[in-house]
Amino acid sequence: MCTVCGCADGETRMEGHSGGHHHAHDHSHHHAHGCGHHHHHHGSPGDLDYGAGPAGVDVAGMSQARLIAVEQDILSKNNAYAGRNRAHFADHGILALNLVSSPGSGKTTLLVRTVEMLRARYEVAVIEGDQQTSADAERIRATGAPALQINTGKGCHLDGHMVGHAVDHLQPADGSVLFIENVGNLVCPAAFDLGEAHKVAILSVTEGEDKPLKYPDMFAASSLMILNKTDLLPHLDFDVDLAVANALKVNPRIRALKVSARTGEGMEAWLSWIAAARAMHLACHANIDAQTATTRTAAE
Amino acid sequence: MHEMALCESIRSIIEDQARHQDFVRVSRVALEVGPLAGVEVEALKFGFDVAMRGSPAEGAALEIVETPATAWCMPCGVNVPIAERYAPCPHCGSHQLQVTGGEELRIKELEVN
Repeated sequence: MCTVCGCADGETRMEGHSGGHHHAHDHSHHHAHGCGHHHHHHGSPGDLDYGAGPAGVDVAGMSQARLIAVEQDILSKNNAYAGRNRAHFADHGILALNLVSSPGSGKTTLLVRTVEMLRARYEVAVIEGDQQTSADAERIRATGAPALQINTGKGCHLDGHMVGHAVDHLQPADGSVLFIENVGNLVCPAAFDLGEAHKVAILSVTEGEDKPLKYPDMFAASSLMILNKTDLLPHLDFDVDLAVANALKVNPRIRALKVSARTGEGMEAWLSWIAAARAMHLACHANIDAQTATTRTAAE
Repeated sequence: MHEMALCESIRSIIEDQARHQDFVRVSRVALEVGPLAGVEVEALKFGFDVAMRGSPAEGAALEIVETPATAWCMPCGVNVPIAERYAPCPHCGSHQLQVTGGEELRIKELEVN
């Protein structure tokens, strides 16, 4: 099983992708070569350069052994894939949002509603992540928007490599909004960058106000928290202010919105947040393009 | 439960290193793991032995170097130690904290022969 690169004989499946193996390997190898390791490659065993590593230190009892300083992030491969996705999104003006939550928070219903409303303004595409079934992608496709299902098999999260493949297949339009609905899980998806502009955490009011404290990594990694199913608030003891205060404890910069996908309450605010995020994303990239052009002109 | 995926990632990095740095056996793997890295060290240790089978690091000892969790307190303007993400500043009690350390998840060094 390899849920990180998806290259091995794992259980990851992608819709419209019969022989996933071959394709996956093309990518894997391409990536490995772009990794920069070749800079450290030395042909002969007697010609190794350990750089600033601690190999020279005196370690008692070490006879033939040597120390190699690696200093490499364990998630560096995922981050390299995510970086490639991010560059693709920037080049094509695509705003990618990574939607994370526990199972049953109403993510897909919210997404269906969002896609229906947003399609009048922008091109919209959806990548759906679940361990099994393509039910969610079918729900999205019923709205008329393109959607692609990734089944992670035993995997508990989407990773940068899977999303890269999904983007290759789905080909979201330039200037579109791409929603990536992660596997319902408030733990693991926090650690895996997909190349998105923002993570959006969805917490339904039928859950506890203390969820941001119980799963702090996810709320710390998110830019926005959506409190969903607010139409149920009259029947519950859920304290909205407390939930927001708890989220702010783990992430002083997180924004919060109250939304009911069922009644439509708060949907306009959510769409406005998306429009602002999209404008910021496009403006930042246009700015970088302009700077690059200026530098280029100056150099000429 | 993404510790197994992390172990697969460690294995892949070690296999790359073995090719580029010319070694066949790893006797010890030192990992730097911060308390805010979202990793359960016990699960990582469990997955490590299984994931390294058939690799240069099969049977290697796993050393975990824990790094301290720290945050910049905006009201105080100083770096403070914290126990978890939702911890308040030990000086002023504020939650206006920006994590500055403790999210490390790195392979620090390998002892090879």
